[in-house]
Amino acid sequence: MRNADCGSREEEPGRLILAMRGITKRFPGVVALDGVDFAVRRGEVHALMGENGAGKSTLIKVLTGVCPRDGGEVAFDGRAIAPRSPLEAQRLGISTLYQEVNLVPHLSVAENLYLGRQPGRAAWIDWRATHRKAEALLEGFGLRLDVRRSLASYSVAIQQMVAIARAVDISAKLLVMDEPTSSLEAGEVARLFATIRALKAQGVSVVFITHFLEQAFEIADRMTVLRNGTRAGTFETARLTRLELIGHMLGQDPAAVAARERARAPARAGGAARPALEARGLGRRGAIEPFDLAVGEGEVLGLAGLLGSGRSEAARLLFGADRATSGRVAVGGRPVKLRSPRAAVRRGIGFCPEDRQAEGILPDLSVRENIVLAVQGRLARAGVVSRRRQLEVAEKFMRRLGIVAAGPEQPVRALSGGNQQKVILARWLAMAPRVLILDEPTRGIDVGAKAEVERLVEELSRGGMAVVFISSELEEVARRSHRVAVLRERRKVAELAGEAVDERAILRAIAGGESHGR
Amino acid sequence: MGASWRHPPILWPAVALAALLAFNLAFTRGFGVLEVRGGRLYGSMVDIVHRGSVVMLLSIGMTLVIATGGIDLSVGSVMALAGTVAALWLTSAAPRPAWAAMAAGGAVALAAGLWNGALVAFLRLQPIIATLVLLVAGRGVAQLLSDGQRIRFNRPDFEFIGTGSWLGLPFTVFVVGATLLATLAVTRKTTAGLTIEAVGNNERASRLCGIRPWLVKLLVYGFSGLCAGVAGLLYTADIRQGDPLRCGEYVELDAILAVVIGGTPFRGGRANVVGSILGALCMQTLTTAILTRGVAVEYTLVVKALVVVGVCLLQSEPFRAALLRLVGRRETRA
Repeated sequence: MRNADCGSREEEPGRLILAMRGITKRFPGVVALDGVDFAVRRGEVHALMGENGAGKSTLIKVLTGVCPRDGGEVAFDGRAIAPRSPLEAQRLGISTLYQEVNLVPHLSVAENLYLGRQPGRAAWIDWRATHRKAEALLEGFGLRLDVRRSLASYSVAIQQMVAIARAVDISAKLLVMDEPTSSLEAGEVARLFATIRALKAQGVSVVFITHFLEQAFEIADRMTVLRNGTRAGTFETARLTRLELIGHMLGQDPAAVAARERARAPARAGGAARPALEARGLGRRGAIEPFDLAVGEGEVLGLAGLLGSGRSEAARLLFGADRATSGRVAVGGRPVKLRSPRAAVRRGIGFCPEDRQAEGILPDLSVRENIVLAVQGRLARAGVVSRRRQLEVAEKFMRRLGIVAAGPEQPVRALSGGNQQKVILARWLAMAPRVLILDEPTRGIDVGAKAEVERLVEELSRGGMAVVFISSELEEVARRSHRVAVLRERRKVAELAGEAVDERAILRAIAGGESHGR
Repeated sequence: MGASWRHPPILWPAVALAALLAFNLAFTRGFGVLEVRGGRLYGSMVDIVHRGSVVMLLSIGMTLVIATGGIDLSVGSVMALAGTVAALWLTSAAPRPAWAAMAAGGAVALAAGLWNGALVAFLRLQPIIATLVLLVAGRGVAQLLSDGQRIRFNRPDFEFIGTGSWLGLPFTVFVVGATLLATLAVTRKTTAGLTIEAVGNNERASRLCGIRPWLVKLLVYGFSGLCAGVAGLLYTADIRQGDPLRCGEYVELDAILAVVIGGTPFRGGRANVVGSILGALCMQTLTTAILTRGVAVEYTLVVKALVVVGVCLLQSEPFRAALLRLVGRRETRA
């Protein structure tokens, strides 16, 4: 080990709030956890890191009683526990916050805080006391809200903090946060981190799962890395470098990781590519100002901008997912009308939407069905579908993208986030599109899968496909794009090409310091 | 699961049906008797298939509607509408041929189904509300058309579809069989099956895959209406009169129950047509058995309800697991 694995050292028991030892969990056909040790100290923030499918979620599910363990023991606050439900775990003092806030959006903030435990007498609720207590509780977290308003009227970040306040108020000694920041803006993340630090000061321990390495380095005292259902090590954050962490997550040498990070999109040979998709004055009232955009065959066009800058709106117009109110689109030089996604699909455009759960996967359908959905008509002969040919296509892309599943007939909901994303990619690759629009294809997936998606983008563009690539991670956009269009406040403000494409230039354009072109 | 179109999980409805049949064969006198009289097969089991034909037909259409995440409450009223229109055509001043009456009834039913589909697909009404409109209005229109009267007719050529027999079996059996085979062929051999399941599973995602959810819904409700129309014609031919009040009364509930027993999940995204047929047969077997066993009529509905609850529990995986654990514990103790 390049870094002292401090988790293997025996710790004095009193210092630990949680000690999981030799945890094993099998699912049909898969060993999800294989003798994993995981220990959390009192009052520490402990990041749980690992690729998709490494076993992070399963470990948390075992801890919080969502699913029973097949082996190993768990000691919490000095006592052996085996919770059978999240509720039981909560009573023991282990609260979990999920990616999606699971409170009741239409109830008021106060109602959400005290649901099921309102102050009052018998069936009568003392609303004045409820509101007073709610305000006081939130103030402890630096939040001043109108607790009578519905929870849904506040941002996701605020909702999350309300959820935290509720969990802590119900006497959580250990708070588990599963990807709490994936839908937050930078400012909101800072606010959440302030809350976490406040909790820490009160002696509450926090287990923090994230795909954002920077965030883990910022907030965590220690990190435990899981890889393929085993523990790759536990490390003091202060003594770990970013490259070492990635190396542990991937099971690779840090030097190899460094080399890959330095790689850039190779410059394209020859002059201007033939345009695959062109938009002129394309816009939608209330969503995005008219913009010009073109992406050529074999070119990767990056779309950069802050959340809400109009990136996704632009992508949706290019795919016909939303109807444009102005402008023209040409595919392969021929003017077309994209009135619906169907029209775009028929002209060879593919689209991976930003919200994978809501718009990407069909959770109850199998991997095969999800992959062939857009091409099933093409795979049919004289209108008769062939399951054999569908299976061939599905298996081909499962192999090519390295999709980890029990088989092509497994329902997609059972896969990890990264594998679900790959299934959606496979759906479009099966179509062999002329243009592929990827809206945040790397969000919420781990480092390894991210690298694979990036590599795939490069491979596809080299094969002549036009790719529109949207990502919040500027490095990623800078690294992979031949050209970058920058959006700010629902308007295209700059376009960078060739040597000008670098992270700092994009950042400047986003900030509005310097504008290129339009 | 994904393989539902090809390998529907019909195990539990099949087990339930087998158990019901076995019970009756063992304990209900004369249940297993089959005899040929005048070139036609008679017996309780033939009767079950014949009497169950209405609910079987409805449940085929209902399964596809439920698979898209919807529901069709109007099927009973559409039956009445189709039957009444056909009866009117049969008894008009210049009597029309039987096929024309059937076509008229079927066309009205198809139009009614498409109306439902349009409300759901274009006006985006919730299916339960959209089809409630026709549940109420359809029967009203049927009564208006017939002046609130039953329309008796004496037309053997039309009655044949409800009372006649072919190759020794009731003709209704062939109507149901043909509808089932056609539906299976379309849902399993063409892209329609996956398309319907996709819309029920995640409408927004399926739209982004180039599927037209509005078209799928329109067609599926139209098909359900057509199935109801055919069922209405069979019923009307069987009782030899167009009855705007009694034709298809409460039958939408039986159809929905058949689909539930058959194992099609209510949230949509999966269709199990064969299961629904088995579900419809279960219910008819129960009804027939209760009648032939001479159980007091007052108990009929209660017994039916108990069996339905039992079959639904059998399909619930947590319940089966709990049951197995309980049995296992017994055994280890013994």
